[in-house]
Amino acid sequence: MEQFEPTIVAFCCHYCAYTAADMAGSMRLVYPPNVKIIRVPCSGKVDTLHIMKALEKGADGVLVAGCLEGDCHFKTGNVKALQRVTYLQGYLEEIGIEAERVQMVTMSAGMGGRFARITTEFTEKIRELGPNPVNAGGSRLAAS
Amino acid sequence: MKTESVLEKVLASGELAVTGECGPPRGALPEVVQEKAAMLKGYVDAVNVTDNQTAMVRMSSFAASVFLRQMDLHPVFQMVTRDRNRLAIQGDIIGAYSHGINTMLCLSGDHPKFGDHAMAANVHDLDSLQLIQTVRGMRDEGLFQGGAEIKNPPKMFIGAAANPFADPFELRVARLAKKVKAGVDFVQTQCIYNIDKFETWMEGVRERGLHEQVYIMAGVTPMKSAGMARYMKNRVPGIDVPDEMVKRMAGVPKDKQAQEGIDICIESIERLRQIEGVSGFHIMAIEWEEKVPEIVKRAGLYPRPQV
Amino acid sequence: MITAERKPMDEIMGMIDGCGRILLVGCNECVTVCAAGGRKEVALLAAGLQMASMKKGRALDVREMTLERQCDPEYVEELAPHIDQVDAVVSMACGCGVQEVARRFKKTPVYPALNTKFMGASEGPGIWAERCQGCGDCLLGLTGGICPIARCAKRLMNGPCGGSTNGKCEIGNDVDCAWHLIWERMKELGIEDRYEDVIAAKDWRTGRGNGPRKILREDLA
Repeated sequence: MEQFEPTIVAFCCHYCAYTAADMAGSMRLVYPPNVKIIRVPCSGKVDTLHIMKALEKGADGVLVAGCLEGDCHFKTGNVKALQRVTYLQGYLEEIGIEAERVQMVTMSAGMGGRFARITTEFTEKIRELGPNPVNAGGSRLAAS
Repeated sequence: MKTESVLEKVLASGELAVTGECGPPRGALPEVVQEKAAMLKGYVDAVNVTDNQTAMVRMSSFAASVFLRQMDLHPVFQMVTRDRNRLAIQGDIIGAYSHGINTMLCLSGDHPKFGDHAMAANVHDLDSLQLIQTVRGMRDEGLFQGGAEIKNPPKMFIGAAANPFADPFELRVARLAKKVKAGVDFVQTQCIYNIDKFETWMEGVRERGLHEQVYIMAGVTPMKSAGMARYMKNRVPGIDVPDEMVKRMAGVPKDKQAQEGIDICIESIERLRQIEGVSGFHIMAIEWEEKVPEIVKRAGLYPRPQV
Repeated sequence: MITAERKPMDEIMGMIDGCGRILLVGCNECVTVCAAGGRKEVALLAAGLQMASMKKGRALDVREMTLERQCDPEYVEELAPHIDQVDAVVSMACGCGVQEVARRFKKTPVYPALNTKFMGASEGPGIWAERCQGCGDCLLGLTGGICPIARCAKRLMNGPCGGSTNGKCEIGNDVDCAWHLIWERMKELGIEDRYEDVIAAKDWRTGRGNGPRKILREDLA
């Protein structure tokens, strides 16, 4: 059986995580190709609906990456992002999807190493968790 | 005299009146009511019969009051507005009066949240002040609240509770004044442990001359243990137990704490009877009725006057 | 506004069990403001229901619509072209909206996705609190603009009871004592003397006491 390759969507704040990802690249640090980066102006711009849609359309895991606590360019966007992620985790559990598939992380623009480490660990965690059950059900449905 | 109530007669005579309390059982157990009542007989002028106390279902205040009447005791029929609307309230009042019950206490009642039926609807068609007004209207005007005439109107001696310790403190005298205005004849206070604060409240009461318009019975409850003192201090809303009292209870060995509680209760009565405007005592010995005779005797309130 | 909260997902999924196609209908009024049943919450619930169905290997077609006002027949009519194509309507309006949809469409089941809570005001982002019980005979003029019927746990019209502590209600430290608030407000307004006016027993006929209520404005009818 071939190894499961998860699809990870990472919403990355322009002021930190997106730059950190860039830096990881220029530092030639390796991070998994599974991670699809979406640049957002602030982690606070990420709506619960964006995360839900990513999962509904087949993502196996979603990262919301914002600035370190107290460092948000828009003051409290990262705090709001964390509140939304926490709310959504509860909602996912209600419909029978593992809450761990969504995670909020923080970093600064200079932390290329942290970006590479976090994305690697998260990809590994989702690999262990297995495919998004929505996808599995969807393929059963398609087969029937 | 407004009524045939023995409590009214004692109070009117100028003697310090004494009331006790009987909490009905959680089951069809008439003997429990009778045993508690028998312990109080001869030591109190009237006995409060609680109405689904602490929002727990118990034998009704009405039924238990009838047992007391059968023993020739004088019940203070307690009624909370939490459990019944004004139809049931007025029906119960004339029913009780038909059984020779002529003294009642008008209360709003503990919130259902505190009992074992937190899911129950709380009625509160009336509040305690409006209940006082209703009972007075039935007695003095002979009318139901709806305006119809009552045949043989119930002549109830009307009581209410007063809590000198709840917040906002500055409102507590005004609230008593409001009950007086609604037509209350006597009040029984919340258990008094903080006598200094009670004195401050009484000063305010006297300033407005309220003590001449309503009989004020000071509430006392003997504490069984230091644990009970701490519980009352920290957990019971509207009760003020000073730290010194908790310390005093905790300062004696466990097996002596009950006696210490009785001693404190008697000392409190000694001090409270000196306060101008105190017309009597309401001794709430909760599930400890057997101690009432000792308290009444040692406090010099025995024998009870024959009126 | 009328406030509401989404029902637990298990309950909603239980109601539509067996449906292949549903119409999920939000409302642009109160439930949008209290973030319970507006366009966005409709989208979030649609995604959730679809994901839950797919997980079970079942197809569920969810059509999303949000009406201007679900309690108004004029707007409910907009559902007419779609109604025959679905097995059920799931309404994200308050109870009024759910009933309007049910009244208009006799043959299609309508399920509520929300629990309607109370008439309230916003105390801050994400916080709504009860303010009015619609008793039909407003006494706010007597109580300093604070309603004891909606905000006192015992509905006392002549409070506070003996359980008021430091401005909080005996039922919980997170509940303000309405009568403490009324008293403070009366002092600010310099009308403390009015506190001792006994508020008489209420005529509940103006409230729910007289059966379901109706307003008729002849000049508009």
